[in-house]
Formats: sequence, structure tokens, C-alpha cells
Amino acid sequence: MNDADFLLWVRGPGMIIAVAVFVFGVLVRFLEMWLLGKNVDLAEPKGAAFGAGVRTMFTRSAPCGEEMCDGGFVLFSSWAFHIAFVLIFLFLAPHILFLKSILGFGWPALPKALMTILAIIGIISMVALLVHRFFHAVRNFLGKTVDYVAWTATFLPLLTGYLAAHSPLFGYSMSLALHILSFEIFIVLIPFTKLMHMFTVWVARYINGAAFGRKGVAV
Amino acid sequence: MNLLHSPANATPPSQIGNIHALLAEIAALLGKLAENGGSGFIDLKSLPLAPGEARQLHDILGRGEVTASIDALGPSEIIETRYPGVWRVLHRNAGGDITADLLEIAHIPEILKAHPDDVRTSRLRVLERLAGTQ
Amino acid sequence: MPDPFMTLGEKLALQGVTRRTFLKYCTSLASLMALPPAMAAEMAEKLAKSTRQPVIWLSFQECTGCTESIARSHSPTLESLIFDAISLDYHHTLQAASGGAAEAARLASMKEHYGKYILVVDGAIPMKDGGVYSTIAGISNYDMLIDTAKGAAAIIAAGTCAAYGGLPHANPNPTGAVSVSDIVKDKPIINVPGCPPIATVMTGVIAHVLTLGALPELDEQKRPKVFFGDTIHDRCYRRPFYDQGKFAKTFDDEGARNGWCLFELGCKGPVTRNACATLKWNGGASFPIESGHPCLGCSEPNFWDAGDFYRALPEPAGKVLTTAAAAVAAGAVIGIAAGAIGRRKKAKAAAERKPVTSDDLK
Repeated sequence: MNDADFLLWVRGPGMIIAVAVFVFGVLVRFLEMWLLGKNVDLAEPKGAAFGAGVRTMFTRSAPCGEEMCDGGFVLFSSWAFHIAFVLIFLFLAPHILFLKSILGFGWPALPKALMTILAIIGIISMVALLVHRFFHAVRNFLGKTVDYVAWTATFLPLLTGYLAAHSPLFGYSMSLALHILSFEIFIVLIPFTKLMHMFTVWVARYINGAAFGRKGVAV
Repeated sequence: MNLLHSPANATPPSQIGNIHALLAEIAALLGKLAENGGSGFIDLKSLPLAPGEARQLHDILGRGEVTASIDALGPSEIIETRYPGVWRVLHRNAGGDITADLLEIAHIPEILKAHPDDVRTSRLRVLERLAGTQ
Repeated sequence: MPDPFMTLGEKLALQGVTRRTFLKYCTSLASLMALPPAMAAEMAEKLAKSTRQPVIWLSFQECTGCTESIARSHSPTLESLIFDAISLDYHHTLQAASGGAAEAARLASMKEHYGKYILVVDGAIPMKDGGVYSTIAGISNYDMLIDTAKGAAAIIAAGTCAAYGGLPHANPNPTGAVSVSDIVKDKPIINVPGCPPIATVMTGVIAHVLTLGALPELDEQKRPKVFFGDTIHDRCYRRPFYDQGKFAKTFDDEGARNGWCLFELGCKGPVTRNACATLKWNGGASFPIESGHPCLGCSEPNFWDAGDFYRALPEPAGKVLTTAAAAVAAGAVIGIAAGAIGRRKKAKAAAERKPVTSDDLK
């Protein structure tokens, strides 16, 4: 299969398969979790659940107190990576074209230079986080294969996208095809891994906060 | 890259140094010409000149005493630069597009000379003409 | 009847074309093919001294566009004159003979110039049902190609159909059309794709073979690197607009009228290799992008099946929205069902819960 056919496959059948698995998988998993509901807490409520739940959705975004756990490295790197990833996905011009073809509407793009800076920040912070996890005794111990798989699935679109836009290693067709393929692998893995957190994070934080709030504890 | 589409406000004299290298090559070819009469070429179309460098080069080379125009399935222009022995050879097709842009370092550009085969043909035609006027 | 022993130089001299014109053409050709300028004189000598280079042109499943691209010229160029002057022993559209006489001419040329003639093929070759879908004088294209290729010095597959299968090969390929390279494996082949190929490229390749007696440097798809080495995108004059993010969104909006980049309108320039952006068409007049239309990618394999011409490269080629909608429906059904099953299990567990008192824990 030559470069052109490969690109055509990832843009065509590959994308159809990946989107089908992603949408179906996310919906099944999310609905099943949502509909299961919370466990009944038989104790007397000592505080308000709702307010605490909503609060926790936001306080968990900066979980460390004054001591800035771990010197703030993981906190800052994670924030940097997430912001870079989301901004690039939503505001890079070719991505808007892609989303517009599915959603039917688009929006203005951000300048390419800014995207380049964000991509570099994203790549560096991801690599830093991986290295840190590997050499940190506790995190290394806790880490399972699926964590590294999830990291790789998230890193590859960022790396291949940067390469396709700046210095196509294998020619533009192959570089673009690899980037689209890495995105397809990423979204296919979402329903099956902790990457689901992109959909469950707010709900999970609310439930936790509400549960503690009901017990009268502020988290 | 088609120079017609370069920005009108081209960048100031290049810092890249292609002109310096080109002039050095021209000097070397002139040396060869002076020594053993061997001619040399530089294909300007094949060089990755920065915007404005082409104009800068032609400003430096300037014009000499000789300009020749050729009409051979499209116009061509031969311009002696201000450095004798360094000629600019510019070929255009019938539509006016530049098909070749060279520097030829020679006593006289090859294309100006009449080819031996053409000379032979000429002789025959002149003889024919003579026969016709008898 | 042309003198078979007259050289090309002598023949063109009769039309008033001087050796100086040859030198001018070969200087341009050398520059075009990135050869050293000093070679021009030698090429001109060889070209002028060449006797009728026999060329057999086989036209198979094609639209004749490739021939038209070369044969039409609005102003006479040396390319067209050379083309007229090569010994085109067999060509459906251009030859005077027809029927049995034409086939006899082909066979005679093959015999006389065995091992020396150049074979140019345009059009694809149908393979299904014994190749009945395209025949000439009762001979299938496949048989004619195999037979004629035997004595060829080199084969030029002219146009996307001959190089890759082209339009006949496109989905669903009812005739089983294939390319020349799919059939002939033991001869040097030059692919000159394009729908049609640029005339200058075609004649440049033929002239290169004539003047140097060798194939130009080819890439892994057997295309001459000098013409197919760069993508349209890398040589496009609208590239600065791409880099600045200035795109035309529709065909008559302000961006389009300002000549902005056509990437969002489906331009395949970034993935297409050809010389359109530098050599242009019709003697350098223009090329599709300059005329305001996105590149179709016509010199790449399977460009007919590469998704919508007007869908940009980042956009999916298939029906993603329909798939997503179906997946939403299916996912909702299964997800709700799974959730319902989970809730029932939970309710059952709650119903069967036996309260524990502190006495039980003693």
C-alpha cells in the first residue's frame, strides 16, 4: 500500500471505524455508570450534598495546599499539558475544518505560531511527566501497563501532528496519515481506558464532593 | 520560484551571502577562460536565491557594451555585463516565459555563433540564389 | 514520403529551424531537467544528428487527453516540431493509415527496429473476462502490450491511466483495469502521470531519452524526479497565504477573489507531486490553482477515489456524521440497557440486605 492509499484509508474506513467505536463505547460506558447511580448512604446527613459537590468540581483542579505537593511539578506540568492539548485540538485551523465537517459549524482559529509554542509545551510536559513517573518510587510502583499505553496514545497525536506540520519526516502524505491514524487509535482507546476521565471527571468530582459534603466534611 | 510573484518590497541586501559565493565562482571561471579559453556556465534558474538577491546580482553585474537579441521560436537576449567575458543569456519561449537564465563565461556565447551545419546550408542556399539570378 | 535517413536536424532545417534554435531548446531543456548547462551543446548535437527515433504509441483505455495535451500547441514550439519529426510509426489519432494497414505498419516497425523503439502507452489495460473490454483489430490490449513490449528499448507510461490505472481503475473498476507496470515487469518503465500530463513534461521526457539515450532519474513510483520531485504545495505561489492562515472559504468570497489559499476548498496540493506550479500549462499560461480551482491531485494513484475533490485533506473522506449518529443510537440503547441491568442488581442487593446490628459484630 503506498502513501496515498494509506492516507485515503485512514481518512475513510479508518475514521468511520474509530468514530463508531469511540461514540458507541463512550456512550455505553458513560450511561451505564451514570444510570447505576450512587450507593445509598444510610447515615443521617450532616451537611449539604449539592453545594459541596459543585465546589469539589472546581477545587479538585488545584488539589494541593500551601505545600504545593511535590513542589508543584506534577500540578503545573499536568495543567500545561491539558491546556495545550485542548487548545490545539479545538483551535488549530485544520482541526476546525475536521470538526466542522462533522458538526456542521466552525469557529475562528488561533495563530499558527501560538499553536507551535503550545505543541512544544505539550510535548515537553508530557515527556517530563513520564520520566517523573518512571523515576518516582511510589508512582512507578502504582503504574500499570495500561497507564503507559494511555500515555503513548495521547502523546503520539501531539508528536505526529507537530511533525506533519513542521518537518514531515516521511513526506507530507505519510506524516498526515500517521497523525490521523494516531488520533484514531487514541479515540478507540478512550472507552476502554482511564482516558474516559475526559467525560467522567466532572461527574466523579461531584459525586465525591457530594458524598463528603453529606457527611459534613469539606474536601 | 517565479520571480513575478515575489513581494514588491523585496528585502534589503541579503545577509545570506549567496552573491559573494557567486562572484567567487565567476572569478574562478574567468580565470579558467583566461588560462585555456575554456568557457563555463552558471544556471541562475537552478540557484536558490533569496528574495532580492537576483536583482542585487544583476545590479552588480550591470551592462557592458554588447546587447544581442535572437528570434528563434521566441525571443532571447544576450547581454554583456560590465565584466567582459561574463554574459547573461536569457531565453524566452514564444509566449514570453523565461525558459533559461544563465551566466556564460566565454569569449562569446556559444549561441551567437553560426553552427557549422547551418553554415553549410547557407552556402548551398547562396549558391542557389546565385544560380537563380543568372 | 519523408526520407528515412534524414536526421532530425536536416529535417527541421528544411522548415527553417537552425541549429541555433536547437541549442536554445537544449539549453532550456537542460535547465528544466536540472542538468549542467554545459551539456546543452552535446545534447543539441545528438538531437540534431538523431535519425528517426522510432516510436510506437499504443492507446488503450484512454480518453485521448494525453495525446491532445502534447499534440495541441497554440504557438509552434520546438517540442511540437520534434514530436512531428520523430518517427511516429503507430498512433491511432495521429497516423494517416487505418485498419489493416495501420497494424501492418506497427508490426513492420517492431521488426525493423527490434530492441530500439520507444513504446509510449496511454490508457489503462482491462484484464477482466480475457481483456475483451478494450480491443484493437481484435487483439486485446493486454496481448498487444505484451507483444509490443518485447522489442521496446524503454516504455513511457503516459498519463495517470497508463501509470496507475486512472479513471477506468476507479471504484468499482468494472473492467478490471490495471496499469502498464502491473503487466510489464522486465523493461525499463517511466511513469509520466497527470490527467493529462503537462505537455512540456511529456516532451521533456521523450527529448531526454532521445538526446541522452538514457532514462532520467526516477523516484520509487518510476516518475522522473526532476518533474515529480516536489509537491504542488511546496512550489505554489499561494503558499504564503497558507502559511498566514488566509484561506478562501467559498469559490466567490473575498478570499477567493484575493487569490488566497484553496486548502479549505479541497486542494490536494500538499499530497500531489507534479510540475504544475513551476512549469504550468499551455506553454506556461496558468495552472488550476492560479485559475482559482483547487488541485485535484491528478498525478497521484487513485485520485478519483480519494474522497471528494472539494473536501479538504483534514476532513474525513467517508460518512462520519451518519456513522456517529448510528453509534449514538446504538450506544444509547446498549448503555441504557446496561444501566438498567445494573440498577436492577443494585435494587436486588438492597432488597436482600440484611441489617447488621452491633450484636452481630460481637
